[in-house]
Amino acid sequence: MRQPMSRFLRPRFSAWLLVLPLFLFSAATFVVPIVMMLARSVQDPELSRAFPQTAAALALWDGRDLPPASSIDTFIAELRDARGTEGLSFAANRLNSEISGFRSMLLRTARSLPRDRQDDPVAALARIDARWGERSTWAAMRRASGPFTDGFLLAALDRQRNDDGAVVRVAEERAVFVTVLLRTLWISTLVTVFCLLLGYPVAYLLASMPGRIANPLLVLVLIPFWTSVLVRTTAWVVLLQRDGMVNGLLQRLGLIEQPLTLIYNRTGVLIAMVHVLLPLMVLPLYSVMKGIGRAPMLAAMSLGARPFEAFLRVYLPQSVAGIGAGCLLVFISALGYYVTPELAGGGGDQMISYFIAFYTNRTTNWGLAGALSLILLVVTGLLYVAYARLSRGPRAPA
Amino acid sequence: MKMPLAPVDRVLRWALVGLCVLVFIFLLVPVLAVIPLSFNAGSFLTYPMTGFSTRWYTDFFTSPRWLPSLWNSLFIGSIATAIATILGTAAALGLDRLGGVAKQALNALFLMPVVVPVVVIGSSLYASFAALGLTASYPGLILAHALLGAPFVVITVAATLSGFDRRLLSAAMSLGATPWQAFRRVTLPLILPGVVSGGVFAFATSFDEIVVTLFLAGPQQRTLPLQMFDGVREQISPTITAAATLLFLVSLLLVAVIEWLRRRGERLQASAPAE
Repeated sequence: MRQPMSRFLRPRFSAWLLVLPLFLFSAATFVVPIVMMLARSVQDPELSRAFPQTAAALALWDGRDLPPASSIDTFIAELRDARGTEGLSFAANRLNSEISGFRSMLLRTARSLPRDRQDDPVAALARIDARWGERSTWAAMRRASGPFTDGFLLAALDRQRNDDGAVVRVAEERAVFVTVLLRTLWISTLVTVFCLLLGYPVAYLLASMPGRIANPLLVLVLIPFWTSVLVRTTAWVVLLQRDGMVNGLLQRLGLIEQPLTLIYNRTGVLIAMVHVLLPLMVLPLYSVMKGIGRAPMLAAMSLGARPFEAFLRVYLPQSVAGIGAGCLLVFISALGYYVTPELAGGGGDQMISYFIAFYTNRTTNWGLAGALSLILLVVTGLLYVAYARLSRGPRAPA
Repeated sequence: MKMPLAPVDRVLRWALVGLCVLVFIFLLVPVLAVIPLSFNAGSFLTYPMTGFSTRWYTDFFTSPRWLPSLWNSLFIGSIATAIATILGTAAALGLDRLGGVAKQALNALFLMPVVVPVVVIGSSLYASFAALGLTASYPGLILAHALLGAPFVVITVAATLSGFDRRLLSAAMSLGATPWQAFRRVTLPLILPGVVSGGVFAFATSFDEIVVTLFLAGPQQRTLPLQMFDGVREQISPTITAAATLLFLVSLLLVAVIEWLRRRGERLQASAPAE
């Protein structure tokens, strides 16, 4: 048995060896970074790193009145030791995101701590800043004491925990993310609908034509598909400007008096995104329609159906798989769009990707960036599973 | 279709054709309208053109901002393509010999960078690379572009391997070839079109990439798309239309290469002796 066994093993072993480099590469540059980013959405390490014993003591506090004097003593001792360290600065930033102004209060307190042990530690702190005598200050510290938190995920849904630990809506002027999520879904829906309305007739016409006419026309669909998103978005920004070509043409035709605002607003985003994603709709529709062929329509018409009726009752139902695949593909791609809204839209047209980039790059709040990434990934993933089911599922019998 | 159409149906048919013509105009006009503008003598981005000139191309090729960005794109793209092609080809060869759950899981993993929103990849890489000192560096950008290109190599090589007759390898081995010789002389020539078109895909991906680049590039690593992105955001100059035209021509060229390879592959398979 030894001979066939080794023969069986050897190719398997070499196969694993061939797969290994890309596996390790993907793990290092893809899986680990993304998992770490998503993990950041539930991690809250700053306070438990700077004041480990205080964090442990606050976790035991029942949240009523003020923490026991022993916990506050611990805090004073740890704050004294943390003076001038990087950890204190990180913790101060973290607390500032709970209550604005906390950063300067903490740093000032650290500088002016009393030299020796106090009988009444709360009063000693309150002499430096009255806010140390307030329950909400300590509640904020308890919320931030980590090492894990649901704060970022709640924040990504415009929710937060109040001093009693209950989940509440954030103040109206800070509530942005639900709006952004709904806007992302709405823009993606509109883009999908427009792509379907424009793409279906084209795919239908192409599928009903003989190959020698359809193939060159298909190339006309593929050329934009292959042209970089950036080039196409740039082209639209040039065309749709105030004194751009489209406004010029409309004015010369006498259709409008004043130039329209077509770019740096929702109109510009929709035009550019529909243009960029339209081929993704046409291609799956075309391949499904090629499979349907002309026969069902002709059969229905020979039985007396009018062409439009035959289309509605016979052809359209058979092309549903293509409609589903095309719509999901366009919708999934649209959800993650970043460059086109950024270049062709205004402040009110930015989608979730913009905010992921914003919290990664400009204000470093990786917890929030991770939470928003998690939301985008979950939605994309669920829709992709639906897409994979649909495109792999049983086709209409030939 | 010999039946005479009722007038209503004829109107519908012409409406369909008319709508499709409009959609084709919509698809093609942006690019086709911008290309002539890049040859405009005047500096306004609108018609009528004031004369023919190549001044914006001169500007592009002499500018201290645009030309280095082209070199950066070519440099980063070439090395990322080399990495993606080697890793992707090896992985496709390995996957071909694996089966079952392992094959499916690995295949899904390798293709995932295409499905996951790029902004999530960019943001995650930025956070991870920051800790390693790889942000604003060539190695960081090259690794990221290789990651985005590798799935295309896996797909194209796997596609050529699916039409590969495994008996050819047994034949070579039975004639005394070592596994390496068999690979070098039999497998590689047969899968080469797949490898090359995968590489072209990977290069095209890198050459167009903007989102991950926005996160990872420093002032030294400005690529052509990044330069265009900033140009569009700040102030649109006619040089941007020249850059867009050049990018467009490069992607056309790359598509032509891929299409040529595909046709060649089909011809070779068609002319192969029947089983």
